[in-house]
Amino acid sequence: MKNKSLVSITDYSKEDIIRILDLAKKFDENPNRRLLEGKVCATLFFEPSTRTRLSFETAVNRLGGRIIGFSDASTTSSTKGETLKDTIAMVCNYADMIIMRHHLEGAARYASELTSTPIINAGDGANQHPTQTMLDIYSIMKTQGKLDNLNITIVGDLKYGRTVHSLIIGMSHFNPTFRFVAPDELKLPEQYKLFCEKRNIKYEETADFSPEIINKTDILYMTRVQRERFTDLMEYEKVKNVYILRKDMLENSRENLRILHPLPRVNEIQQDVDDSPKAYYFEQAKNGVFARQAVICDALGINVE
Amino acid sequence: MSEKRKELQVAALCNGTAIDHIPSDQVFKVVSLLNLENLPHPITIGNNLESKKMGTKGIIKIADMFFEESVINRIALIAPNVVLNIIRDYRVVEKKRVSLPQTIVGIVKCNNPKCITNNEPMKTRFRVIDNSHVILNCHYCDLKIEKEEIILK
Repeated sequence: MKNKSLVSITDYSKEDIIRILDLAKKFDENPNRRLLEGKVCATLFFEPSTRTRLSFETAVNRLGGRIIGFSDASTTSSTKGETLKDTIAMVCNYADMIIMRHHLEGAARYASELTSTPIINAGDGANQHPTQTMLDIYSIMKTQGKLDNLNITIVGDLKYGRTVHSLIIGMSHFNPTFRFVAPDELKLPEQYKLFCEKRNIKYEETADFSPEIINKTDILYMTRVQRERFTDLMEYEKVKNVYILRKDMLENSRENLRILHPLPRVNEIQQDVDDSPKAYYFEQAKNGVFARQAVICDALGINVE
Repeated sequence: MSEKRKELQVAALCNGTAIDHIPSDQVFKVVSLLNLENLPHPITIGNNLESKKMGTKGIIKIADMFFEESVINRIALIAPNVVLNIIRDYRVVEKKRVSLPQTIVGIVKCNNPKCITNNEPMKTRFRVIDNSHVILNCHYCDLKIEKEEIILK
């Protein structure tokens, strides 16, 4: 790594992940620390994403930093044809760190090669969104009290879901057992199965989302099956209600089971599940602020007491 | 090659490089890969020539030109079995085979239209993840490209 940028979850070793989780825990205990006093963070959202931007900006604000940036590229000079290179060259004159989201894949990697100012990738197209992975892993750690040897069941769109792919890579350091539950059209791509095999990570694959599977699970990671992902709409109609979590499916589930979801949810988790103490997705989103505070301080080399 | 040929299929070279055993369908790709169209040197291109090993083949002879290793290794992307003959005074003084570099910068197009490299004035960059099957991995968007899918810029 040329600088302390975070572009992809693969930039982090196991030690990096553990260090960030320790930091996140400190911010969870006390999020208001004025560690970024006098620092300016740029949030460059070439593609709008309100949820992610608010989470990052909350993180910076709670650290006492100042924010410059934009939330929609249509109001910036990139609509006049300015290259990303020029935008980055300009902004790194002003800011101590750049948090960027871009619709093009590889944009954050490229930006990190253009400047010594740390770049935090807040999503580049369908490619990477590493702080989401860090908050997912932090949520797993927090709810299970450990990361090693967990049974993780991932449900829904495993083909296109970038959070799923990054979670597999991020958790691969901790000897998990994965269960991949998806319709045929949205099965996990071969490369991630090969990745698991190479690292001796146990996994099962099924199209059947059943209480039997849930009962063997510590972490149930739900994702949305989106209609526009199907080439065959008949196929979508057949499976659209199969990957929905209902409260009655949790009856015999483990006490420590927690349900995660990257949000936004549509109908893949029924509303009545929200009341279950096992539903964790809203707190998961809250953990995003702590994980991002940790990533930001780590990238800037700031010591957290 | 012990058999005596009545005549050479392509005129002999005094000094320069002869690239032999190019698959016939790759000859013009090699031409553009080496940027030969912008070279002032005399160049002979032969194609669909008889070859015992390959059926037909192509040969490119470039007079007074000796390529750097890094340049000729680009050829391995599309024609891994070519042989380069370095010729001085009508004699082959060295035979070189090409080998695929670990990273390939600026010559292969990424096939992902949403990749940053297709949208910014910048060089592409690929890691070679499988030498024998020629499988590339985009350094920016992580797309895998197999040999048959390779498009040169």
